[in-house]
Amino acid sequence: MAPDATPDEPETGAGAPVAPRIVPVTTTLGPLRPTATSGQPADAFVEYCLRLADDRLVLGHRLSEWCGHAPILEEDIALANIALDLIGQAEAFFSVAAEAEGRGRTPDDFAYFRDDVAFRNAMLCELPNGDFGVTIARQFLWTALQVPFTKALSAASHAQLAGAAAKAHKEHVYHLRHAADWVLKLGDGTPESHARVQAALDGLWPYTDELFYADGVDAAVAALVGAPVVTALREDWARTVEAVLRQATLSVPVADWTPAGGRLGRHTEHLGHMLAEMQSLARAHPGAQW
Amino acid sequence: MDAPAAPADSQWPLWEVFTQEAQGAPHEHAGSVHAVDAEQALQNARDVFGRRGKVISLWVVPTEAIVASAPSDAGPFFDPGAEKAYRHPYFYKVPKGIRVY
Amino acid sequence: MYGANVETAADRKAPAPVEDPALLAEFQARIDRGESIEPKDWMPARYRRQLVRMMSQHAHSEIVGMLPEGNWITRAPNLRRKMALIAKVQDEAGHGHYIYCGTETLGVSRDELVDDLLAGRAKYSQIFNYPTLTWADIGVIGWFVDGAAIVNQTVLAKASYGPYARAMIRICKEENFHKRQGFEICAVLSQGTDAQREMLQDAVNRWWWPSLMMFGPSDTDSPNSRDLLAWRIKRFTNDELRQRFVNLTVPQAQAIGVRLPDPDLRYDADTQNWVFGEIDWAEFWAVVNGNGPCNRERLAARNKAHADGAWVRQAATAYAAKRAGAPRDGGSTAAA
Repeated sequence: MAPDATPDEPETGAGAPVAPRIVPVTTTLGPLRPTATSGQPADAFVEYCLRLADDRLVLGHRLSEWCGHAPILEEDIALANIALDLIGQAEAFFSVAAEAEGRGRTPDDFAYFRDDVAFRNAMLCELPNGDFGVTIARQFLWTALQVPFTKALSAASHAQLAGAAAKAHKEHVYHLRHAADWVLKLGDGTPESHARVQAALDGLWPYTDELFYADGVDAAVAALVGAPVVTALREDWARTVEAVLRQATLSVPVADWTPAGGRLGRHTEHLGHMLAEMQSLARAHPGAQW
Repeated sequence: MDAPAAPADSQWPLWEVFTQEAQGAPHEHAGSVHAVDAEQALQNARDVFGRRGKVISLWVVPTEAIVASAPSDAGPFFDPGAEKAYRHPYFYKVPKGIRVY
Repeated sequence: MYGANVETAADRKAPAPVEDPALLAEFQARIDRGESIEPKDWMPARYRRQLVRMMSQHAHSEIVGMLPEGNWITRAPNLRRKMALIAKVQDEAGHGHYIYCGTETLGVSRDELVDDLLAGRAKYSQIFNYPTLTWADIGVIGWFVDGAAIVNQTVLAKASYGPYARAMIRICKEENFHKRQGFEICAVLSQGTDAQREMLQDAVNRWWWPSLMMFGPSDTDSPNSRDLLAWRIKRFTNDELRQRFVNLTVPQAQAIGVRLPDPDLRYDADTQNWVFGEIDWAEFWAVVNGNGPCNRERLAARNKAHADGAWVRQAATAYAAKRAGAPRDGGSTAAA
């Protein structure tokens, strides 16, 4: 164990020959509380990057599950493109984290040799694909935030982080166009599609609250490199989402509960299964090259 | 909601896709996509024909909007053009040693 | 990826329509001059029928071919491999898409083609009815199956039907990376741990013979084959292409130290060919006729995706119908 690792951190290396995790995040049971970093800005910076990367890896993985099973051939191609963009973005943000961490971990170590409790993605990203309406609603709700978020992040003073964000921003603008077009078509399509996508939105809506979770990590990184704090973008997001839903003849759901915890490693049960599949081969052959 | 009952299932209408690969280059026919409207045709064309990064501009046209000459038109349409030598610069003689644009 | 050109008994029994001898002679002359045949040109009914059969089998193969490889997308062992595999499976969708569009120029709609596949009336390459059991299968499929595809598609790129040839040219360009990513996976595994080397050899053992079957049965005696060659729908016999593939692949296997599972494999210095053993055609026909290890699952997966997607396709159609005639906001006219 690295000397600065918190002792109550779950062991997640699964025997893999990687450096131990040093991200000092509280994962003890009990009421959710903001992430306690060691107080070192570098730790907060790594944590911030992992939140960005994990959202993208997990959601990209979910989208890749559609490959070969989409409603029409053109959509197989479209969803695969978005999945590739997101996984590519994840790799870029993992690289930024790895360099800042300076412990020799690679993007693959982050992706394949952490357990679910070490993942920092919002739970919205890990929820199962459901029907096409759920997948599109999830994509739309998440991407509507990423467009303004990556734009703001691309002005950060950390060149590598800002560069990755600028590239991601262009991709997200297209992703939003794709998702919003589908929300329109499903919302204002047939009675069945309207009902399905409304149900999808209703089910996913509570999970959007977590997208605006911010804690000391965000404050520290905002101070360090001028990165955006996500809470400031909530109105922007709501305007985008509500405008599209209105045009799609859909109603804006009301959240009657606000699950949270993904940013602190406390996820739904779905993530563990997803990672068990994703990481199975890599972990079955520790040290192997592929 | 007053949406009509679900229409028949289909693979959607065809659109022809034209791609431009460099500034100033012509748009050339690349192939087709299926889509229900222009926005979707553009998006599908982007994903099908633009995912390797060479394309800088796209046109999409409903396939049914394209009017083509018939093979039987080829003679009357195009053969006469081949016989008008005076439309080509080589038809005209220029004294040696003089450059004429 | 590519689909074997499989003729069924039904194909052979279809009556040959009587064609105008003058038109037929002019058509043959165009082929012999190396001209390309375009959708609106006159063509013999049998030429059209053979093309629809070949092209739709090819397109279906690309689509069904997404399933065995897609099986490993969620388990690819690192991010680089994961992205390469998604991109490759996505390309199969794209290639199926190109070829379906090419087939549509012959007056068949994609609706009909998809229906034929889902109802089990259409054939697709038998190779995709084998399971992908380990990660090494992904490497070996890229190496063998895409290798076979390249051998086949390179010659199809000069086929007489313009839309097919053009689709093949585009596909060949894009598929350059498929075989290389497959061979790279195999090469890395061959240098890996004992478990990885065993995994590779096992995959080679399972995929070698089915890959040779991809080229289809020996067609030297088939009357259809003579016509297909004369019309430049095909340019080489199945056996010629198979031999070319074997000759290319044996040295690659030697280079990474895997054994090809054929005790009869030997080099013939006179013909400069690698002579190979007898192919089990009973297995080939069993798989083609629906009794391979995964035929039922593949068809069920396609049917499920189609059925699950029906409401989505209908929604889009209904949405567009409501807006037909309404001015479109955004975008600009092409002529601007």
